[in-house]
Formats: sequence, structure tokens, C-alpha cells
Amino acid sequence: MANYTLKVRRYQPESGEGPYWEEFDVDLDPSLSVLDGLLQAKDRDDGSLSVRCSCRAAICGSCGVKVNGSSTLACKTQIGEAHEAANRRSKDASTPPPRGADEEYKPAEGEERGARTREPGREIARDDERGQAGAEDAPIVIEPMGNMPVIKDLVTDMESTHWTKIRRVTPWLLPHGEAPEREYVVEPESMIDITQSMACIQCGACVSSCLSMEADPDFIGPAALAKAYRFVGDPRDAETKERLHDLAHDPHGIYDCTHCFSCIDACPKGVAPMDQIMRLRRKAGEHGIDDDPNNGHNHVTAMTKIIEKKGTNDESLLIQESYAPGVKGKLKPTKGAVKGLTESLPTVLRAIKTGKARSLSKLIPGIHPKLPGGAQDEVKAIYEHTEAHREEFNLYIKGEEGDEAEVAVAEGLEPPQSREEAVQ
Amino acid sequence: MSDGQIKVAYWPGCVSRGFTPELHGSMAIAAERLGIELVELDRANCCGAGIIAEHNQELADTLNARTFALAQQTGLSMMNICSTCQGAQSECQQRLDADSAYRAHINEVLSGQGLAYEKGKDGFTNKNFLWLLVEDYGLDRLAEKVTRPLGGLRVGPFYGCYIVRPKERLGYDEFPERDLYLEKVIETLGGEVVEYDGARKCCGFPVITMNRETSLRQAGTHVGDAIDAGADCLVTPCPLCHLNLDMQQPEAAKVVNRDLGLAVLHLPQLVALALGAEPKELGMSKHIAGTGRVEDKLAAVPA
Repeated sequence: MANYTLKVRRYQPESGEGPYWEEFDVDLDPSLSVLDGLLQAKDRDDGSLSVRCSCRAAICGSCGVKVNGSSTLACKTQIGEAHEAANRRSKDASTPPPRGADEEYKPAEGEERGARTREPGREIARDDERGQAGAEDAPIVIEPMGNMPVIKDLVTDMESTHWTKIRRVTPWLLPHGEAPEREYVVEPESMIDITQSMACIQCGACVSSCLSMEADPDFIGPAALAKAYRFVGDPRDAETKERLHDLAHDPHGIYDCTHCFSCIDACPKGVAPMDQIMRLRRKAGEHGIDDDPNNGHNHVTAMTKIIEKKGTNDESLLIQESYAPGVKGKLKPTKGAVKGLTESLPTVLRAIKTGKARSLSKLIPGIHPKLPGGAQDEVKAIYEHTEAHREEFNLYIKGEEGDEAEVAVAEGLEPPQSREEAVQ
Repeated sequence: MSDGQIKVAYWPGCVSRGFTPELHGSMAIAAERLGIELVELDRANCCGAGIIAEHNQELADTLNARTFALAQQTGLSMMNICSTCQGAQSECQQRLDADSAYRAHINEVLSGQGLAYEKGKDGFTNKNFLWLLVEDYGLDRLAEKVTRPLGGLRVGPFYGCYIVRPKERLGYDEFPERDLYLEKVIETLGGEVVEYDGARKCCGFPVITMNRETSLRQAGTHVGDAIDAGADCLVTPCPLCHLNLDMQQPEAAKVVNRDLGLAVLHLPQLVALALGAEPKELGMSKHIAGTGRVEDKLAAVPA
């Protein structure tokens, strides 16, 4: 048994008061969960402390919260580990005041920004040497999920930013023709690809952590896009291309993700929503969907071609090609090309003025130097080889190989029989 | 931490030789003053920044396996100076290290070029300058090198997503404080850490050509938050973050509808300043957001 302090962000709308922090002392085994701690506080100190929960086993997806600033499930986070994390990151620094009720995310009112998410668990110690050692008794900071309005205490309204967006991606099967008389028969191998996205339990932790949604509340978001891949990758679905076209052509769709990896760390089930979004982009490209309004596909294609030709990035050419592919040869700028290039102009001019971009190779697209001494040919050979396979290695499915003997054999370091001997 | 000479296979990345040329020069100066020997990988290729993997994951994995193989030929571990290189390369390395059959498949094309990536060869690692500075060089040794403590300079850390997430891939099990290193370095150099909301958030750069509004709102918000918290400057180990936070700062100011004007330093610049280098030789005049305030504060401290 150990003692912990839970610092909980409380809010009761009926009180007419803003949110506030309240500390609860709890006493439980370090291997128990943050949820167990919250339930003990509710049981012993204040029955009105509100948290949504049910299964206590990371299956139902009800108890999404932020622990020390990180979105997660309260039932899947051991309280001892949460305490260690709090100690690492906090000392006597005061927690910033919780955001006021008036700062809550109100999508309907066209608020300019999403909810602000302070990171109260993240203050580094100031007075200890270089912040290396934290306090021994830092409170575990628990807040409701971000990017969602708060209903009460740790209970959020998931409708506007989660469920509405889930429905947005048509989360059901659109089969070929009439449904079969009995079950669909599919090869198990053809379903493996979507098992990772099927692991989602709709807890909203990824939505809570999403930094794109924080800046653009209209972003379809990690949970819904992971769900979209679940059907895009399903061999029984007949609308694969239509789905991809829809998600690519929504300006807040697959090309609105900023690659911040927050959803990957937040997801308690290993879904890695950002990886699913990247799969959707890859599939959209494979299906020839190259005219999205965000110029997302053009950007990927431009970058890929530049590295094939030059080995390192030619930034001027990347800007030009992202907006207007082939503009030099064919004079075929895309719809947003003129606007995009015009908007980039002041930035480029300022860079010329300070000397950031004064040499010709940085200014004129295309004259960027190649890699030296035959190295460019090596890069080209890699392109030829891999464009023929386009193999995708999914760690979630294949897992990590731990057997050192197996590694040695596969790398040709040891003859295969030594492995058999090892087994015998 | 070691007292011995540190010598690394150095991958400068594309941006440090492109739109942030001041970074490449500053790293050379910082390395010289620290006594770190850089063996530059001038034949290595772009990491793909996660974008090439969107097109073809095997292509991205092979391109980075080639870079690792070139580094392994030197017998040295690798150092990068870009959070995005770190993240994109670690992602590929994780897949390459996970499976010997996959690694063998990737090495097929490299073998024709006399190259091979071997998992863990000679204890091979690929570390951002920030990680190397704290884990291998050591903060005590860094502290001894400081000749001009950044007294009074209020610095906001800005990490770059690719160096803080996903934690499992980026070695946080072994080094759980990797997302506190900038704070440690700032304090070691005699600066004051400014706490603000955006230190580990996204600068918005990856969507600058795809969703300009979102991208610039992210950059402008973080810069604004740092100003409100009293920062004299930001420091970042990522030149792509630098592009959005510094080069695009006047554009970001329009989107968030407020005055900005906050200097953004590259990590090697901040280190070199505390080690006595002059702002001019570190290319600080090339920055878009003026560095005058930083220079004025430092001028008050004898070098």
C-alpha cells in the first residue's frame, strides 16, 4: 500500500462557478489503477466526484482522461507509474489554473480555436540542480479529455468531436450487390491488414490528444479516420475508391493530419491512428486520387520525385511542385496553385533579404545539386527496386522477433543447422 | 557520459543545407568548441521526413537503411541535428530491427552497392545532437565548457513532435527524460527555462502546403504563448520547426492576429553562444524574427 495525492480538475456547471483543482489523498497498492484511486476518493471523500467507467479492464473505453497531461484510460494506467511520471516532471511548481468554463470548446459558435490544453504535469523543477530530480510526493494530475466540452468533472461530451465524426466516415460495410444467403467467406489473410484498426474501443483518447484538431476543430480526426481505414481495407466493401475520394477531397480529411504522433502515444489499444491515416493516404495515391484540394497527393509525389533526382531536398522545387506539378513543362498548375504560390512569396522574399536563400541553388527550383560521386545512382537503384515491391511491414501484425539465433541465421552469420542444434 | 573524445558519423539533413544554412555552420562551431569530431555523411540521402513512407514504406526504409549502412562503414555511431530526421529514421530503424527477414530483403538492393545495414553493429545508435549532448557528452562536461553563461536569458524549449513521440519507438523506456533534455541544457548553459503551453506540441510545418491556416495557427499560437510567458527566445533541435516558427512567423502573426517577433534559436546556436561564439558567426542575422533582444541580453554578460 502507498499514499498518493490525486489533483483532480473539478467542474460542476450547475454551481455557476468555474473549474477548480481539488486534491484527494488515497491509499492503495501501486499496481492498482488511477481509476481505482478515483473511485476510492469518490467512496471515501466526495460521492459527487464524477468519472465515467464500467469494465475497469481497458475493454469498454469509458474512462478516458488526461493523467499528467497525457490522454489515456484511467483503468489502464497504474497509479504507481503515474506517480513516478508526476515526480519526474513536477516539483513545487504550481499547477496553472484550469481553463475557465468560458474557454471551453464550442464548435457550434464558430470559435477560432479548439480547447486549450495546458500540460499541468509537465513543469520541470526550477530550484534543484538542472531539474534532474523531482519531488518525492508530486500529485498525480487528472483532467477531463481535451478537444471536447466538459459535462461535469471528468465526464466529457463526446458527441460533437467524436461520435459525429465517426458517423461522418460511414462506419458500416457497403457490400458488393446483394448480401449472401449465409456469411461472407473471406480469406483470413485478407482481413489481417485491418485487425489493427478493428482494435479501437472508441474511448476518444486519440481525439483528446490530437494537435491538428486543437488548431482545426473541423479535422475529421484520428479515431474516425482509423475507423475509415477499417472499411477501406475490408475486402467485402465495394466503395473503397469512393471512400478514399471522399476522405481526400474533404479539406479537413486525411491531408489535415500534421504527423504529431500524439494519437499513437494516447491509444490504449495499439491502433496507431496516425499510421492508419498514412495508409489511407497511400491507398488514395494507389487509386489515382491525385486532385485533392489540399494538394496533399502532389506534395507526397513532389517530395518522392525530388529525392529520386537529387538525393536531398530541393525546397524551392518542393514548394513549386506541391502547388503546381509540372508547371515548367506543361504549364498545368492546379486550382490552388496560383493562390498557394502567391501566399508563399512574402516568405521567400524575406528569406532572400536576410541571406537565408541567396544562392541560386536555393532560389531557382531544379538547380539543387545531386549527391556526389555516383551516390545519386545508388539512390535511383533503390527507387527501381522498391517501386517494384512496395512492401509494407506492419509491426502490429508481425511483431518483433526476439530470437537472436534466428536473427543470426537469417543474416547469414551462422549456418542454418546451428539453429536446429540449438533447438535440440 | 564519458570524458573521452566523441567522434560521430554526422548526418546534417537537408534543411540545414537549404533554408536554414545558419544551422549547418553553427553545428560546426558548436562541435569544435565542445571537442566533438564530426565525420560528415556527404553521400547519404534525405530521410524522407515521413512523406516518402506515405508513398512507399519500403522505399523509405531502404533509403534510410542506406544512410545507416554508410554510417556503419565509418565504424561510428550516427548523429543528426533534426528532430524530423530522428523520428523518420527511428521509424524505419524500428521496422528494420524488428525482423531479420525484412532486413535481409532491404539489404538485397544495398548489397549491390557494397553496403549493408546490420542491427546493433558495434553498438550502433542514431542520436539527435540533443540526446548525444546529455547522454554521451554529459551535462557536467558541458557546464565546464560554458564561458558565457546565458545569465538572465529566458528560453522556451520547443522539441518538435518527431523527437518526443511515439515514446516506445524513441527509446523513452531506456531514457525516460528525453523530453526534458532541452530544459536541462538551457539550465546548464545558465539560461532560465520558460514554461509555456507549446513546448511539446506541433509547429504545424507538415501541413504548411496542405492546410496553411491550421499550420500557421499552430506556429503563431505557440510563439504567442511563449511571448506571454515572458520568453526572450525559443530554442529547437528541429530545423523544420524553425521554418514554421521563424521563417513563417510574420505570416503566422497574421493568422493569430497579434504581434509576434520572438527569436527562435537552433540548439547548436544556443550552445555555441554559451561557449563564447558570436551571434554573427552563428548566422543569427539570417533569421527572420530578429535576434536583437537575445544579443542585447548576452552583451551584458562578459564572454
